[in-house]
Amino acid sequence: MLQFESPAISFKNVTKTFGNHTILNNLSFDIPKGKITTILGFSGAGKSTMMKHILGLLTPSVGTVEVLGNNLAEMTSLQLREFRKNYGMLFQYAALFDSFTAHGNVAFPLVEFTKMSKEQIDERVKELLLSVGLKEESHFKLPSELSGGMRKRVGLARALALSPQIMLYDEPTTGLDPITTKMVNELIVETSVNHKEIGLTSIIISHDIKATLEISDFIAFLDRGNIVEYLPAKEFKNSSNPLVQEFVNL
Amino acid sequence: MRYWSPYGEFFSKLVGRILKSENYVKSISSRMALFTELLGKNVIKNVAGLGRIFDYIGHFFYWTMKPPFRWNLFFEQMHFIGNRSLFIILLSGSFTGMVMAYQTYFGFKLISVDSLVGPVVAITLARELAPVLTGLIVAGRAGAAMAAEIGTMKVTEQIDALEVMGISSIQYLGVPRILAATLAVPMLSVLFQFIGNVGSIIVGTKALMIDEVIYLSKLGEFMFIQDIVQGVIKAFVFGFVIAIIGTYFGFQVTKGAEGVGKGTNLAVVWGMISVLVLDYFLTSFLVHIL
Repeated sequence: MLQFESPAISFKNVTKTFGNHTILNNLSFDIPKGKITTILGFSGAGKSTMMKHILGLLTPSVGTVEVLGNNLAEMTSLQLREFRKNYGMLFQYAALFDSFTAHGNVAFPLVEFTKMSKEQIDERVKELLLSVGLKEESHFKLPSELSGGMRKRVGLARALALSPQIMLYDEPTTGLDPITTKMVNELIVETSVNHKEIGLTSIIISHDIKATLEISDFIAFLDRGNIVEYLPAKEFKNSSNPLVQEFVNL
Repeated sequence: MRYWSPYGEFFSKLVGRILKSENYVKSISSRMALFTELLGKNVIKNVAGLGRIFDYIGHFFYWTMKPPFRWNLFFEQMHFIGNRSLFIILLSGSFTGMVMAYQTYFGFKLISVDSLVGPVVAITLARELAPVLTGLIVAGRAGAAMAAEIGTMKVTEQIDALEVMGISSIQYLGVPRILAATLAVPMLSVLFQFIGNVGSIIVGTKALMIDEVIYLSKLGEFMFIQDIVQGVIKAFVFGFVIAIIGTYFGFQVTKGAEGVGKGTNLAVVWGMISVLVLDYFLTSFLVHIL
């Protein structure tokens, strides 16, 4: 198993049970700072549960989850809410607020958490939307007027608004056409490169093996609540693990 | 003769399940055990549901006390629940007052006390009809909208997005709606009462030919401020409960569009039932203190 010095996220012997069901089973692994790490796995392997632990939306039944050196279980709910400003998240279907325009969606975290003036917010929003490739003519459109790819761009701009240290991507390319998939993958890599100076850690939860191999630095394979393989992306394809081979050759 | 009752339906389903059950056994004692087990499961399920609502109410009070206070969201909701309900409240209020005047008049005329139509209609409106009908209208209109809106946000992960940003969804979505409904429903109820009385006065004095002076003097003689206060207190409680139920069922939504429909339906049904049930308990309490 890969080990890193001062990792961004560290799972230490984490077990999570719901009633009689064990979802995470004595899970221990580190996610490095400033890299793109993808968590692969079959449906029901525990990927979403793992992500909820990273966000502090769930607490482990046993073990600890440390994010940026902080044990999330030791934080009060208010401290945790404050701490979540370190995260940005791109949801599967972007999860834009449908009563706000693209501009309003990106402005939302800035209005809620900063003391920036309206002019400063407008300028920052414009800069963010342009940086993810959304043309100015679409900035004041409602989510219902945007295509799937455009919504992903807006979702990414919103997630980056507060300059997070950790970016989570939940199935970022599921349900998208091949061209939009390529665009989203490029956007993930660009975002990681553009935020290298702040050491942006990107975590992708995905089924898309082809894209994963292209854009990730490290790939972890989750099966029945445990990491069964964790390798640099370049070596992942040659893994001897039969489950990984089955997944790669699908 | 057969009567429909929700309990009848519940027990018939329960008995049906017992008879169809694989564990079906002929001995009376086993059937009784199964019956008790199913009854117990339902009781536990409903008590747990009630517990979750009280837990939600606790969260509401907690987040109401925590800054920031989002006044713009509160006023948006006041506009939606209050201003946007005005037309339906004024329409229902005026016709309720007019019908009440007619019905009371024909009853009272039989015993020659038709001059008391004014105060009877006014007291009935103030104590019962205005708060209850306003509550039912708001439960059907705003309670349903709250559940549908929040439920849709839940299934499209917008609520998760709020939580991931570190914003409490109860504070952002629940608190403004609940506070706005708690204040808007009493205001709407007073308006309902006022317009109902206007309707009653018009019908009483113009259509039923009750002397205007007598109508108004009897109104002043028998109607007291306590009657209005009682109605306002009821409307205040109804507004709070309707919004708690509407938002709660919104947050409980799962399973896509079907879940949103189910949540909205539950919000309306339980909102209306709560208004009617609470009305009895509030009446029995308030008549002793006011």
